[in-house]
Amino acid sequence: MKTMAFNEAIRSALHEEMERDESVFVIGEDVSTHGGPYKVTEGIPEAFPGRIFETPIAEAGIVGIGVGAAMAGMRPVVELMYLDFVTCAMDEVVNQAAKMRYMTGGQARVPMVIRLPCGIGRLLAAQHSQIMESWFMHVPGLQVVVPSTPADAKGLFKSAVRSSDPVMFFEYKRIYTSKGEVPDGDYTIPIGQADIKREGEDATVVAIGPMVQKSLDAAITLEDDGYDIEVVDPRSLSPLDVDMICTSVRKTGRAIVCGEDSTFAGAASEIAAMISENCFGDLKAPVRRIGSPHVPMPFSSELVKHVVPEKSHVIDAVNQSMAA
Amino acid sequence: MSLSPDVCKKMYTTMWRIRLFEEEADRQTNLGNVVGTLHMYCGEEAVAVGVCSQLRPDDYVLGTHRSHGHCLAKGADSSAMMAELFGKATGTCGGKGGSMHIADFSLNMLGANGIVGAGIGPTTGTALASKLRKSDQASVCFFGDGAAARGTFHEAIMMGSLWKLPAVYVCENNQYQQWVPRKNVAVIDSVADMAASYAIPGVSINGQDALEVYEVAGEAVARARRGEGPTLIEARTYRFYGHSLGDEQQYRTSDEVEKWKSDSDPIQILGATMQERGWLTDEEDESIQQQAAAEIKQAVEFAEQSPWPTAADLETDVTSHSVGASS
Repeated sequence: MKTMAFNEAIRSALHEEMERDESVFVIGEDVSTHGGPYKVTEGIPEAFPGRIFETPIAEAGIVGIGVGAAMAGMRPVVELMYLDFVTCAMDEVVNQAAKMRYMTGGQARVPMVIRLPCGIGRLLAAQHSQIMESWFMHVPGLQVVVPSTPADAKGLFKSAVRSSDPVMFFEYKRIYTSKGEVPDGDYTIPIGQADIKREGEDATVVAIGPMVQKSLDAAITLEDDGYDIEVVDPRSLSPLDVDMICTSVRKTGRAIVCGEDSTFAGAASEIAAMISENCFGDLKAPVRRIGSPHVPMPFSSELVKHVVPEKSHVIDAVNQSMAA
Repeated sequence: MSLSPDVCKKMYTTMWRIRLFEEEADRQTNLGNVVGTLHMYCGEEAVAVGVCSQLRPDDYVLGTHRSHGHCLAKGADSSAMMAELFGKATGTCGGKGGSMHIADFSLNMLGANGIVGAGIGPTTGTALASKLRKSDQASVCFFGDGAAARGTFHEAIMMGSLWKLPAVYVCENNQYQQWVPRKNVAVIDSVADMAASYAIPGVSINGQDALEVYEVAGEAVARARRGEGPTLIEARTYRFYGHSLGDEQQYRTSDEVEKWKSDSDPIQILGATMQERGWLTDEEDESIQQQAAAEIKQAVEFAEQSPWPTAADLETDVTSHSVGASS
């Protein structure tokens, strides 16, 4: 085991995959200069000359090139500087990458990872802070992966690179520098496998991305009230490990689903609906959702603090669920 | 590849196969066997055939919504294509794509595309793949003059030039962007002139003349293979049918259409040239047409007799997590 920051873990996975497989290459804006905006590609240009393409500012072109290279047997790792910029390449993601395998009757493979720095980081307001996981969950043909720890980020990134289908790889900017233990050597975490981050008996908190750590912190506080909380991290939103989530909820009888994205039509809402549908008979309280209000991300720090859910929101929701 | 009577004969034959395939597909639409719609390539055959005759089987081709001709010219099987139009399980895409997504990956024909201008980026990507693998495979993208208005045209060709990729961008300027005459919405007459913005050669040619297309495409493909970068070719052409089947075509006169058909039919032009050069006798001409007709008849029989896909096929081929998927 080695302690690593989240961005270091992705860099380490990228480095190892580029070493292992010559078909892996990197393409994106500012990926060579200064190691990229989040230092994820630091050292890659020196280690793998000719396999990193720093592009003009042209997201549709970048993702389109990724689609073609992938169909020709390469494994592009596409970096979009901010998730928000994927809206400039929606045709390439939604109509091309996602649908090629199906439209061609299984002839096409698009083994492409699109890295998506997302969520709030510095205060950059409405066009540089979005999450939009559910947009891509809605599109058949895409995999939506959301790691919450450095160890998961490394193992999932390796699986994403090796996958034969496109992966939307969500990297929450606010946890790039958070540290954690990462196993030594080559390992992968299968896409579609959730993880129980903490076992408990009284309530299940399904937490996405940075909400995992906040939920674990909440669980410690809730111990004082005598509540034993289970925290389940889906790690992949599509495919979604419905079995593991539902097994946990059937055990505890209570479910709180939380993400940082807007609650309205967000990833947490789909998970909540699946829990209600599958576990209705076992539920002792209504399923609760935690997320942000349905507003664009504001700029002012005074407004932002009303948007992003924190540990206290988890504690409140668990208390309400336990009281029901 | 230099021009020989054999190459000419093959091009002429393929043009007839495309023409008869589409006319039959139109007939099958009227019979209700082909549903949805078709974007007909009739009138533009010289472009696909002239370009693809310069390609190797391992070269990449990406098309448009109007790609029956590109598929056949790259070597696709007409029976599997017809079955795809019928929506049958034996179709090139198992009935999941239809006319707008017809593809044959075994020939590196990576697909028609339902979104205008969406193939230009992926073609640049296949060219980048060739460069990374140090292969001299060329990548050809066909697109219409409407696609030259899209941002994808600008973004992808710019990067194709930046990295000197082995790509050939072939604009089939048929003068109409769906229903709108190009002259009403374009600020530059020739798409080839746009090449200057990307510091690559741009050539405007008569797309009705298969031999001219063949010659210019040959130079562009050779340039790509030499690692000198992309070329933009504008082939001026004309579609004999409307944008898609059922188009009332109020935006153009029947006189205009008839004039193009009588004066600029690419099949007649090539046939006449070959006859002049003594490369095609009347008997050979008749035999070529009869063989093409027999092939298309067989394609329809194959499509008619083929099984439908079943509900069990619905959820396969979505991702490797799909039911029964391999990898």
